[in-house]
Amino acid sequence: MGLLWDSIKQAVLRLASGDPFVLQVMWMSLRVAGTATIFGMIVGIPVGAWLAIRKFWGWGAAATVLNLGLMLPPVVVGLFVFMMLSRQGPFGSFGLLYTPTAMIFAEFWISAPVIAAITMGGVGSVPKEVRLQAMGLGASRRQTTWLVIREARVTIISAIVAGFGAAISEVGAVNMVGGNLSVNGHNMTGTMTTATMAFVRQGNYALAMAFGIVLLVLAFIITFILTRTQQGIRRRWLQS
Amino acid sequence: MIGRKSRVAPTGNQSAWLWALALMLVVALALGVVAVGCGGGEETTSTAVSATTLAPSTTAAPTSTSEASTSTSVAEKSDLILASTTSTQDSGLFDVLIPAFNKVYPQYTVKVVAVGSGEALKLGETGDADVLLVHSPAAEQTFMDDGFGVDRKAVMYNDFIIVGPPSDPAKIKGMTDAAAALTAIANAKALYYNRGDKSGTDAKEKTLWKAANITPSGDWYQVTGQGMGETLTIADQKGGYTLADRGTFLSKKGSLQLEILVEGDKALFNQYHVITCKNAKNVQGGNDFMNWIVSADAQQNIIAPFGKDKYGQGLFIPNAGQVE
Repeated sequence: MGLLWDSIKQAVLRLASGDPFVLQVMWMSLRVAGTATIFGMIVGIPVGAWLAIRKFWGWGAAATVLNLGLMLPPVVVGLFVFMMLSRQGPFGSFGLLYTPTAMIFAEFWISAPVIAAITMGGVGSVPKEVRLQAMGLGASRRQTTWLVIREARVTIISAIVAGFGAAISEVGAVNMVGGNLSVNGHNMTGTMTTATMAFVRQGNYALAMAFGIVLLVLAFIITFILTRTQQGIRRRWLQS
Repeated sequence: MIGRKSRVAPTGNQSAWLWALALMLVVALALGVVAVGCGGGEETTSTAVSATTLAPSTTAAPTSTSEASTSTSVAEKSDLILASTTSTQDSGLFDVLIPAFNKVYPQYTVKVVAVGSGEALKLGETGDADVLLVHSPAAEQTFMDDGFGVDRKAVMYNDFIIVGPPSDPAKIKGMTDAAAALTAIANAKALYYNRGDKSGTDAKEKTLWKAANITPSGDWYQVTGQGMGETLTIADQKGGYTLADRGTFLSKKGSLQLEILVEGDKALFNQYHVITCKNAKNVQGGNDFMNWIVSADAQQNIIAPFGKDKYGQGLFIPNAGQVE
């Protein structure tokens, strides 16, 4: 008990003092997970929506692949990205291994399937009548699609949040392709998860706990915003 | 009020929509939980893996004893927690050491927790480990001075080597003075990877830099904060130098282009100590392990020959009783 309490106390002190290394690592985590999620949205939402609306030959196979992506163990993603970017790998000459770009690339493959799969479920569950009615009222195909996506917006927001959550809490893949590097106490490719792992290994529980607290607070804030958004949309929807 | 209204009189479509929404939210939350769970799981793998990797070694112990204990339970089995370092674990030493120990002391279920030296000492401090086998003399001394240890004895040593890319930009190949080699690397500003994880290797490196009278800093001196295996991979991929223990380097050599460039300096020797902990739960077990590992039997028949079949050379040289 003493150990836990001590680490929490020291962690809060470290955070309150605005330790530059802690801030750099936090910023790196947010930057990498955020960028990966944005790319994940750009690819995942259209793919998910498309799979939900269009039925075509090979649809089952495509949906299966997408759901497989959902179950993809992040460490395996890390391994593949590592192999691709390794000096002995096909893209080795770009020297991307152990850079934030490599981490964004790995986290993209973790967040995009999550976003796509949840979007597919959400868009797919918009009642067919909405589409039929829209088309009946003379909406074009593009307008109809847009309408359906708008109807599923709460789920899509959840999809984005889940994708971001998957990316920011990931540790195995980012560690493998990021390397958790620092120079002169200045963070280069460490994220909150990889730094936490490294600090635990060193027995520095206070700093590990600091990142643990930040991740928890972050999860709380995001969940709060998400819930408020859902409430807002639901209230408006119920009033109309 | 609004929420109530929706529950009382939803139209057919509305309730379907709400249900779908609720379902998707549950899925989203579950995913979030799974994702967080995955992250958490991986963070603990370093200890979890060592616990499982040790399982075979304990079960691989003479089957007669394990059978005896399960069928008749002559003596009560007790857990003995040994905290050691990842590099020791990676060398495979425990796979022969623990079964040999269990042959003499079948009453202990030895659990090896392989972590960095820093965390190993911390586990000894908090009483989460009964006995330590570590190689970070300065930190060990502090540990003893702070009163967390009961007894500390020398066990064996292995050696460190300086490895680097075949192109060897700092031209250190064949040097026999580790400090001079590090000076050459610093002068050439050649990429160097430091583990920076407060491990025994990291501590050894710091003493070498001190001996060279250099405070390494600059873009060329990068810190990984990771284990030996990962740091070797990073140095290999980036074409940099690093200090490694011979055992880990030999076991990973197949996947690396790095070469041994400097070896043999006395300053590169790495002394292991066994330490019994004051806050130990299993005091008797800790003492038994300490006395066994410094015994002539363990020293000459287990530690000395270890690694000879695989690498043609022993990875550890026993020296209990010969040094402090």
